[in-house]
Amino acid sequence: MEIFGIPSQALFGQLLIGLINGSFYALLSLGLAVIFGLLNIINFTHGAQYMLGAFVAYLGLSKLGLNYWVALVVTPVLVGATGVVIERTMLSRLYKLDHLYGLLLTFGLALIIQGLFRNEFGSSGMPYPVPEVFQGVFNLGFMFLPKYRAWVIVASVVVCFSTWYVIERTKLGAYLRAATENPSLVQAFGINVPRMITLTYGFGVGLAALAGVMAAPIYQVNPMMGVDIIIVVFAVVVIGGMGSIMGAILTGFGLGLVEGLTKVFYPEASNTVIFVIMAIVLLIKPAGLFGTQK
Amino acid sequence: MTHQWVAFAIMVLAFAIAPIWIYPVFLMKVMCFALFACAFNLLIGFGGLLSFGHAMFLGTAGYAAAHAAKVWGWNPELAVLFATLCSGLLAVVTGLLAIRRQGIYFAMITLALSQMVFFVYLQTPFTGGEDGIQAVPRGQLFGMFDLSNNAAMYMFVMAIFLMGFAIIWRIVHSPFGQILKAIRENQDRAISLGYDTDHYKLVAFIMSGAIAGMAGATKSLVFQLASLTDVHWSMSGEVVLMTLVGGLGTLFGPVLGAAVIVSMQNYLAHLGAWVTIIQGLIFVICVMAFRRGIIGEIANWIKKPL
Repeated sequence: MEIFGIPSQALFGQLLIGLINGSFYALLSLGLAVIFGLLNIINFTHGAQYMLGAFVAYLGLSKLGLNYWVALVVTPVLVGATGVVIERTMLSRLYKLDHLYGLLLTFGLALIIQGLFRNEFGSSGMPYPVPEVFQGVFNLGFMFLPKYRAWVIVASVVVCFSTWYVIERTKLGAYLRAATENPSLVQAFGINVPRMITLTYGFGVGLAALAGVMAAPIYQVNPMMGVDIIIVVFAVVVIGGMGSIMGAILTGFGLGLVEGLTKVFYPEASNTVIFVIMAIVLLIKPAGLFGTQK
Repeated sequence: MTHQWVAFAIMVLAFAIAPIWIYPVFLMKVMCFALFACAFNLLIGFGGLLSFGHAMFLGTAGYAAAHAAKVWGWNPELAVLFATLCSGLLAVVTGLLAIRRQGIYFAMITLALSQMVFFVYLQTPFTGGEDGIQAVPRGQLFGMFDLSNNAAMYMFVMAIFLMGFAIIWRIVHSPFGQILKAIRENQDRAISLGYDTDHYKLVAFIMSGAIAGMAGATKSLVFQLASLTDVHWSMSGEVVLMTLVGGLGTLFGPVLGAAVIVSMQNYLAHLGAWVTIIQGLIFVICVMAFRRGIIGEIANWIKKPL
């Protein structure tokens, strides 16, 4: 069977890869958007924290024998806790300054973390086995879907929409949104805004680590795995606009699919297509597809 | 002004006599990066715009100069001029996109655009992909002076560096530079005074990109090599670090910062990945405790801008 002269196997295969990449774009840009909402900084360390997630899972398995499911729960908490330490000791001292200093600080931290891991583990990737439950494939009739990949897509959708629900539909989320609009007023109502900021950063970092654990069996565990993806995610964030959580999620998945399609129809542009889309969006709607210009 | 002239004289003297003790190629590298950092600083220090993609101008001009000198056989002065124009042109296109957003978005957009440029150079045949353009001839300056001689090359690089530095110095003190500073301090106020701030920012971006290109073109002639390293995002990070160490918004800071960082990379090269870690540490220390930078601290101490 062929669609537009492309064998359907190849087309669906690339769309699946696109959807997988999109899952990670969505998770990472969601974390960036949550952090940006309250802290007003772009967390440049996000890619390194994604890599940390994958490494904690890898080390947990190889040194302590902790399986995938334990890693899925423990890793985001552990890495999120390092995020809390970073926020308390460093980032919190920069809020009164130009927000660009937050960007520079997190860039420096990313260099340190990635450098330390490259020193220790070299730059070749380490394999992480697919958990036993997810070995094998589903036969969908028109294509084979590896079970683990199906799980990643489902899990990512669930995590993204739960986060959206918590922020947009619960009381906790209402506090959070209020603090984004006017932190001093919310504090005057007796809510501990600094603690909320700290926990928000920890949560965003935890999301990155969760994405890292989920990515470990698909991509190899590599000290540099977070470097290129974070730049693409920045472009995703510019395209979606930082204003809305849903925007970050939808743009993430959407751009993953677009990238997959590009690999089928014009592979030479697959590396650059997201940046080209960013340029077009900037020309037409500078605030981003879902954003509002502040 | 007089103390800036004194500082300028010290700098010129230092670069003039340093080759007696220090390896000239190393000094030429310092001057290329110093000019690159000065160009970057024109944007962040005086315009308040943090570009995280300045490597694209350095790298583009490097390839353009190398191509012109090697494939077309142009004289070095023409190759540098052509490369500077190429980077300026790239700055027009990228600047028109990037200035549509401010602050953090500006940084992310420039980073993303430079990553796109990186992938383009990785794939197009004329750049030689991973190999780069090697064995670029330094050529005959004006068809008269043979630049394969390191002493002649040194004079050429120093002339370009001082010319670029002087241009930036002039820009900063011109009415244009003053308006740029006004936009940095309070954009809304500048708009209300009737200035077309986007226009000023774009012009500053183009000048910064073109001068960064001048540095990149010169660098590719010095090392006779144009490679992907110069377009990589880590190069954009390095120029931020140089400027931060020397002093954001100071005239001489980027020069000193470039000297410090390039020396560090040279002497610690055998440590491998530790160089990245140390650079990261310097970033953190500078942001947390040393935001004025070396020259900024001195300027603060003598209570005069440097």
